[in-house]
Amino acid sequence: MSAPLFNALLELADDHLILGHRVSEWCGHAPLLEEDLAMPNMALDMIGAARSLYTYAGEIEGEGRDEDQLAYLRYDREYKNCLLVERPNEDFAHTMLKQLYFAAFMHPYWEAALQSNDETVRGIAGKSVKEVAYHIRHAGEWVVRLGDGTEESAKRMQDAVTELHPYVEELFHMSADAQAAADKGALPDREAMRTQWTNSISNVFDQAKLTMPEVEYPQLGGRTGHHGEEMGHLLSELQYMQRAYPNMSW
Amino acid sequence: MYSQGLIGADGATEETEEFLAKFQARIDREEKIEPNDAMPNGYRKTLVRQIGQHAHSEIVGMLPEGNWITRAPSLRRKAALLAKVQDEGGHGLYLYSAAETLGVTREQMTEELLSGKAKYSSIFNYPTPTWADIGTIGWLVDGAAIMNQIPLCRCSYGPYARAMIRVCKEESFHQRQGYEILISLCNGTEEQKQMAQDSINRWWWPALMMFGPHDAESSHSEQSMKWKIKRFSNDELRQKFIDATVPQAEYLGLTVPDPDLKWNPDKNDGKGGYDHGEIDWDEFWRVVKGHGKMNRDRIKDRKKAWDDGAWVREAALAHAEKRAARQTQHAAE
Amino acid sequence: MSNETPLWEVFIRPRNGLSHKHCGSLHAADEVLALQAARDTYTRRGEGVSIWVVPSKAIFASDPDQTAENFEPGVDKVYRHPTFYDIPEEVGHM
Repeated sequence: MSAPLFNALLELADDHLILGHRVSEWCGHAPLLEEDLAMPNMALDMIGAARSLYTYAGEIEGEGRDEDQLAYLRYDREYKNCLLVERPNEDFAHTMLKQLYFAAFMHPYWEAALQSNDETVRGIAGKSVKEVAYHIRHAGEWVVRLGDGTEESAKRMQDAVTELHPYVEELFHMSADAQAAADKGALPDREAMRTQWTNSISNVFDQAKLTMPEVEYPQLGGRTGHHGEEMGHLLSELQYMQRAYPNMSW
Repeated sequence: MYSQGLIGADGATEETEEFLAKFQARIDREEKIEPNDAMPNGYRKTLVRQIGQHAHSEIVGMLPEGNWITRAPSLRRKAALLAKVQDEGGHGLYLYSAAETLGVTREQMTEELLSGKAKYSSIFNYPTPTWADIGTIGWLVDGAAIMNQIPLCRCSYGPYARAMIRVCKEESFHQRQGYEILISLCNGTEEQKQMAQDSINRWWWPALMMFGPHDAESSHSEQSMKWKIKRFSNDELRQKFIDATVPQAEYLGLTVPDPDLKWNPDKNDGKGGYDHGEIDWDEFWRVVKGHGKMNRDRIKDRKKAWDDGAWVREAALAHAEKRAARQTQHAAE
Repeated sequence: MSNETPLWEVFIRPRNGLSHKHCGSLHAADEVLALQAARDTYTRRGEGVSIWVVPSKAIFASDPDQTAENFEPGVDKVYRHPTFYDIPEEVGHM
């Protein structure tokens, strides 16, 4: 069990780290000062969850790797995050939509994880479920305002939907490791979140006057380390210090 | 940095002697002045300028440290730095709010910052090329800021004093955060120690400049002290900072880059203190006037964020109008 | 400039049993965003359990020029305070 659970935890941890990292790129550059306060809150929630997940993954693995070794010292092909979270921030519409898509998935996921037979997973879920409930609201309210704001904002919002929707399917995709962890009752089945996700998004889209596109060819591959080009640039920043100055503590 | 808020402040007033005397009497009784109270024009203008510059300093101050959020060397450091830079944004927000009680809007102040009309602390026009700079900024820059800000909690203008109380409460972790980073470096490898020493070499003097020109050169200070906007002189605060900081540098094993620095037992009325070398005021004025390494980049970054965000702010306002119209219609039905 | 994001005043209840207390201001386009911004700005260190936001323009303040006539007449009405009345000690606490 330990290897599949380790890998499945890394999938979750990487999702949180990479999205948290992306959101943190905004700090100091938000469209209004109030959002410069709001976005770091979301980034901190995500990075906090990533830390707990990495730490637990390291314990499961049993080879003495801590959160930083897992977060910073793997090669790009070893990161298991879904492609959605690594997508560049582009503009505020993309950023809020990405956050909404992810949070609308994680909320039912963490709720289901409250029933895990793994005590640590239940603990992480209990904390995270409240955080992502707020992320859905915060990002959702912005998606509504941008979708039903000005002509320009509506166009930007619909463009973001078109660009990001192909990455949604991967949220529900079960890797062999995730399946094994689900079969053991340690982590929820991702596929089971589909209805709730669609309901939350439809609810926001109705108010935002956005249409949900049909996706013919979903983009997959993050769970097996097949990332896009942007991921390498993200990692070159993330890992800069650890790679340039190996084996030092900071 | 906040005393730099007084550079060029015009304290001229046209009120009658009697009015000014009555106002001064309130100040002398340690009464707080609140937004709608009658106040000399010069008092209002000095505050708008100082609080505005203080707010701008917080906002521009997010940039040099924000430069390292995506490259922080551990998750613990990344979270702490993110929370700290977020705090700076919050402090800017509290301060803009305090200035707004004096009849100037945040947008007006923002436009003054972006047009170069309003100043901000010169310290943020220095670059942060290494991770050690994040430690040094927390330790020296926040340390100097705290020295300036604690007396501002007792400023005669109520909203400014209240904002500063909140700021000081939140800032208490910032300096420790920075110093802890430097402790890690100084306990680390030779490269790490060098990185720390290089950083203090670059930041020491600019940190001392944050307190503003010598008292003798600081023409508007006197009026601000009388109005209790300011409680200590630039030189007093600078001396306090040096006396507090030199032993902290010694603990780290770092050398303060001032060959003239030496303990003088007679200083501070016999309590002892450090004599220090002369500050390069040419450099100070050069940076204040816009010729530091990062002046142009800082304003460019702020301008880009503001301009790129315009469509978001407009969309939110447009949506608010639609919402309000729908609510009115709904109520009418 | 004509289209500025409105200003709001924020009131926070630190915990149940206490009143909401004014803690600051912020800018937001509408009340929902204002509540979120208040949460994200003013409750980052566990400062409260409930938030009110009020458009700043909805607040009407008493005139500082009328401070004396408004408030000084209330200061000398000593008979409104319990210590004004003499009750023998033997009666005990009242």
